[in-house]
Amino acid sequence: MSATDPKPLASAIVRDDEARLVSAAKAGDAAAFEELVNRYERKIFRLGMNITQNREDAEDVMQEAFLKSYTHLDRFQGDSRFYTWLVRIAVNEALMKLRKRRPNQFSLDEPLSDGEDPVFREIEDWGPSPEQKFAQTELNEILNSVIAELDPIFRVAFLLRDVEGISTEETAQILGISEAAVKSRLLRARLKLRQKLNKYFRRSETQ
Amino acid sequence: MNCKKVIQELTSYLDGVLDSDMRADLELHLARCTDCRVVVDTTRKTIQIFCNSEPVPLPEDVRQRLHTALMDRFRRNAKTI
Repeated sequence: MSATDPKPLASAIVRDDEARLVSAAKAGDAAAFEELVNRYERKIFRLGMNITQNREDAEDVMQEAFLKSYTHLDRFQGDSRFYTWLVRIAVNEALMKLRKRRPNQFSLDEPLSDGEDPVFREIEDWGPSPEQKFAQTELNEILNSVIAELDPIFRVAFLLRDVEGISTEETAQILGISEAAVKSRLLRARLKLRQKLNKYFRRSETQ
Repeated sequence: MNCKKVIQELTSYLDGVLDSDMRADLELHLARCTDCRVVVDTTRKTIQIFCNSEPVPLPEDVRQRLHTALMDRFRRNAKTI
């Protein structure tokens, strides 16, 4: 490549490299699979923690996701990124954990409206840097508590799109729903989180 | 554009995928409507706060157990080939 050639995008390098590792792992190269694990273990553990809100469950989710992806690697056809496929397995494992541990609180059906409009009930500005009002540990507790209050159906959409940075198209593939449904759930999730954070961050509360 | 439509298009607007005509309409509404401006601004901040939050650390003992389980699976797999 000459000095004037455009450099490939970082995402394209990662994708090509990922395909090479998957191909080697399929051929029996354990070190190649280990490299994929090293690359994604933190992200998968974080996702498991954020969905289940429980360390033990998150550990199980991470372990099952990697062991199942290794066992069924021959089923992975490469029509999506390996990471997307891995996240789909992890999300399914995490949702199963929620179903088992909290059967009365868990539903994948769209929840009925609670009759409250989450948009225009509380409208108050937060000021320029609301997160600076709290110490880091206190802020983490606030974020964990508000996300835990969200219905799993909305929580997962928000985590995949806004925390993990996965595209709408890939999120739709992972959840087995349309892109329009992803956007709808994401909108509800963002508005509900905004409303829940309002009580901590609104200007009148913190001045 | 009215307030209801602003909320319907909020996700596309914040993700930067709204077409330019619609975005111009929406921003024209925001320039006049304080309530919608606050909702858009605080929703954007909501996303930023979660994005900037401290990543959940992967405890070393949890990581070790994962790699031990994987090594075990690799060994079993090698025996069956």
